[in-house]
Amino acid sequence: MLHTVNKSPYDSSSLRTCLSLAKSGSDLLLIEDGVYGALSGSVHSDSIAEALNSLKVYALGPDLKARGISEDRLVSGIQVVGYDGFVELATGNDKVQSWL
Amino acid sequence: MSETKKFMYVNRHAPYGTVYALEGLEVVLIGAAFEQEVSMAFIGDGVFQLKQGQDTVDSDMKNFSPAYRALGDYEVNRLYVERDSLEERGLNEDDLMPLTWEDEDDDWAEKKSIHIVSRAQLADLLEEQDVILNF
Repeated sequence: MLHTVNKSPYDSSSLRTCLSLAKSGSDLLLIEDGVYGALSGSVHSDSIAEALNSLKVYALGPDLKARGISEDRLVSGIQVVGYDGFVELATGNDKVQSWL
Repeated sequence: MSETKKFMYVNRHAPYGTVYALEGLEVVLIGAAFEQEVSMAFIGDGVFQLKQGQDTVDSDMKNFSPAYRALGDYEVNRLYVERDSLEERGLNEDDLMPLTWEDEDDDWAEKKSIHIVSRAQLADLLEEQDVILNF
């Protein structure tokens, strides 16, 4: 299953709820303000790093770029994808759970 | 001649995900014409508004971050950023846009607009305002 999170983890419990319910082997794509959850050295970095042990975590490149976050600032192991990668994740999984 | 009041605009939202940041900035720029004593506070996700290097070319949105550079020309030159909010987000002062203003009372010396403050200092700043507007 593909999980998407589009809210800042500082402003919403979406990321926390997602991480608590996403099963091992799932994909997680951070989009819109959700990409703030990918920043290293933040209060959320440890939970993302832990999630990377069982999930593949992606962040949408254009949304990172808009917010001035370069790839070297991300928690190690997060993969950056473009809109084409978003489509591949959505079609490659049997379903999509959007944590709004 | 009306009395000058202290206005503080409190910014608590990240740019782009919601319209708060853009709307707030527009109100500040409009309000600057009324010659009040204006300051801005950036708390929580609001600190992301000042992040350097915003580039919306791939996401088809309006990059309004350059407009923060105009604030100094409108005598909006007190931008208070809460230190704890930066640190919680893995950011520091060097991640923010280098916003400046020119002080006409000091031979047009270029001075920093951004001031990093503690929670206690920000609490005091809020307390001393006449009007607080939230975005």
